[in-house]
Amino acid sequence: MTRPTPETLAHSARRARTAVEAPGDADHARAASSAAAAHPAPAQVSGAGSLVRSLEALGVDVVFGIPGGAILPAYDPLYDSSVRHILVRHEQGAGHAATGYAQATGRVGVCIATSGPGATNLVTPIADAYMDSVPLVAITGQVARPAIGTDAFQEADIQGITLPITKHNFLVQEASEIPRVLAEAFHLASTGRPGPVLVDIPKDVLQASTTFAWPPTLDLPGYRPTLHPHGKQIREAARLISSARRPVLYVGGGVLKAGATEGLRRLAELTGIPVVTTLMALGAFPDSHQQHLGMPGMHGTVAAVYGLQKADLIVALGARFDDRVTGKLDSFAPDATVVHADIDPAEIGKNRHADVPIVGDARHVIDELVTAVTTERAAGRTPDISDWWAQLNDLRERYPLGYEEPADGTLSPQYVIKRLGEIAGPDTIYVAGVGQHQMWASQFISYEKPQTWLNSGGLGTMGYAVPAAMGAKVGRPETVVWAIDGDGCFQMTNQELATCALEGIPVKIAVINNGNLGMVRQWQTLFYGERYSNTDLGTHKHRIPDFVKLAEALGCVGLRCETAEEVDRTIEMAMSINDAPVVIDFVVGKDAMVWPMVAAGTSNDEIMFARGVRPAFDEDDI
Amino acid sequence: MTIHTLSVLVENKPGVLARVSGLFSRRGFNIDSLAVGETENPDVSRITIVVNAESSPLEQVTKQLNKLVNVLKIVELDPATSVARELLLVKVRADRNARGQVLETVNLFRARVVDVAADTLTVEATGTPDKLDALLRDLEPFGIKEMVQSGLVAIGRGSRAITAGPALRAA
Repeated sequence: MTRPTPETLAHSARRARTAVEAPGDADHARAASSAAAAHPAPAQVSGAGSLVRSLEALGVDVVFGIPGGAILPAYDPLYDSSVRHILVRHEQGAGHAATGYAQATGRVGVCIATSGPGATNLVTPIADAYMDSVPLVAITGQVARPAIGTDAFQEADIQGITLPITKHNFLVQEASEIPRVLAEAFHLASTGRPGPVLVDIPKDVLQASTTFAWPPTLDLPGYRPTLHPHGKQIREAARLISSARRPVLYVGGGVLKAGATEGLRRLAELTGIPVVTTLMALGAFPDSHQQHLGMPGMHGTVAAVYGLQKADLIVALGARFDDRVTGKLDSFAPDATVVHADIDPAEIGKNRHADVPIVGDARHVIDELVTAVTTERAAGRTPDISDWWAQLNDLRERYPLGYEEPADGTLSPQYVIKRLGEIAGPDTIYVAGVGQHQMWASQFISYEKPQTWLNSGGLGTMGYAVPAAMGAKVGRPETVVWAIDGDGCFQMTNQELATCALEGIPVKIAVINNGNLGMVRQWQTLFYGERYSNTDLGTHKHRIPDFVKLAEALGCVGLRCETAEEVDRTIEMAMSINDAPVVIDFVVGKDAMVWPMVAAGTSNDEIMFARGVRPAFDEDDI
Repeated sequence: MTIHTLSVLVENKPGVLARVSGLFSRRGFNIDSLAVGETENPDVSRITIVVNAESSPLEQVTKQLNKLVNVLKIVELDPATSVARELLLVKVRADRNARGQVLETVNLFRARVVDVAADTLTVEATGTPDKLDALLRDLEPFGIKEMVQSGLVAIGRGSRAITAGPALRAA
């Protein structure tokens, strides 16, 4: 089944030096430092040559893309470049792959597409990266300048289209601007609150003759992210931490992006405060840590949801009080004083009033909080939160995460995911699609390390998993990458498995195949009187498509597992194959549901532990 | 709801106005009036935006505006300490009989006639929105054939300039 293809052979030398960077050191200095690596004397090149040399100077090792008319000039110098180009099967795959690469490595992910449909196919992954603050640079070809605005062949105003879903975007007007614009794009994407940046380059600009000189001078007078928090606010937060009786650290994805996980652990252990980590922050604090209450929100643990709900102090670090976390906003954590630290000032007070707003990079914020709290402790101010812990521990004990075996004897999807996590272990990167399998993967796998959990949190993009896993594997080739996907999601983007097979990217895919759009079906069960309108995909009934045959057709190993007895053996077999992508079709029951659940638009007080079961709380306790 | 006047200093580059106005509509704000022009620094444009909003959603939209890379500075102008003006051009029916009365109204408001035709006068007036409303009210009975109004422009009183300071150093 292996198969070094011509493509993999051509790139094997390059892959060997693809190193994993330390997580989260996306820093201001990046553009400048990588720029310093190599800058030859100014040279006469085409705009396209200038683009490729800029990418090289920025330290880009890989880009994901598809050529086409308007971007074609760029592909000529790319042919000789040290930058590895991975030819995907759909531009959406390129975008999500760049996102997976960025989330797994902390570096900027790059995707390339042509004008018109190539560019519009990038819209979903760009929106996805925007919602999850992923450092992404998308480079698109545009029709030649004289043709812009004439409804020319394959013309789309991608700058206009992506205005609300990019951190910033550029339409390059002159070839001489290319190095500066690229350097600015990388700087914007990777600093402050990271996000996607699009660079649209007309074909005649790529063809024009220009001079390439590096490094360029950035010209961003309106861009000054605040990294260092205000000392007064930090001291105020430390004072509150020292007097709170029911405090919670509410940790979001910003902590991972800032590479602040070690500091977070110091802060948590210094204060003894319970920790909850959002869907975007899984792995920021070890799941196995005694102080970890789990994930809050719609499908969070009872202890985490109630911990926030009954807190008298919430210290939010790089989190944004998303509706999936707060439930009905006006009844969220009614007694809590809120300390809200975020690098983006617009997040602070957006959904929930912040009593102590702190603008800054999570790493600096946490380090300074550790110092300030240490001072408080030295002055003898150590609050007693043992009653709080007693209540939370009681909740944890009475309402642990769990599931029931399906009554109809079908394979339990939770069991499959749980065993996958136990067998593959905490060093594996897990990449989920969107839906029930995503929630189970967040619940039943133990995340111990940063950058081991990738998913589409904000946009909820079905089809994210396969291409994102591909990108993650390219970024960290030495790490095992498992995608956990649903049969609905998998059918949206599985064409990228052909890319994986040809380019030598041995990802592993666990398709949790319940034959349905499972999460939608769950809502139909609970809220639409079990009227299953258009959620049965026929994957079970008709075995269309046959995922094993499909996997084989795409150059992968295809395995199937239909009983609990086969689960371990099948996973182990997949783990033993490292020279080709593997797909396992786990045929599971369709009636399993994700619990606990806070129904959309209701208060977190209304959390359901299982269908028809509300946790019993002694209100006097809390 | 309160009327707020925002002065937004932006880089003078293509597409910046679309970024700013798009952000308002995306966040559910109606712009009452908008005026754009160059400043004393040709690299910097000034957008004056009048919105009718509660102060807390306005704070959110201001923070979002501040995140736009091309936005250099945002200042909310307090009506008590700033001067605000609009420009009005209005074509009023004024035949031989009415002309005298129209001119009297024009003079009363210190407006100017900028074009004359057989049966109309075109009047130019500047002032606060209140003053222009009053002028229009008084011209209405003669018959308004056409009118056009600029967005509000506003500037702080005193010697301090919002365009000074480190925010604009590189522009």
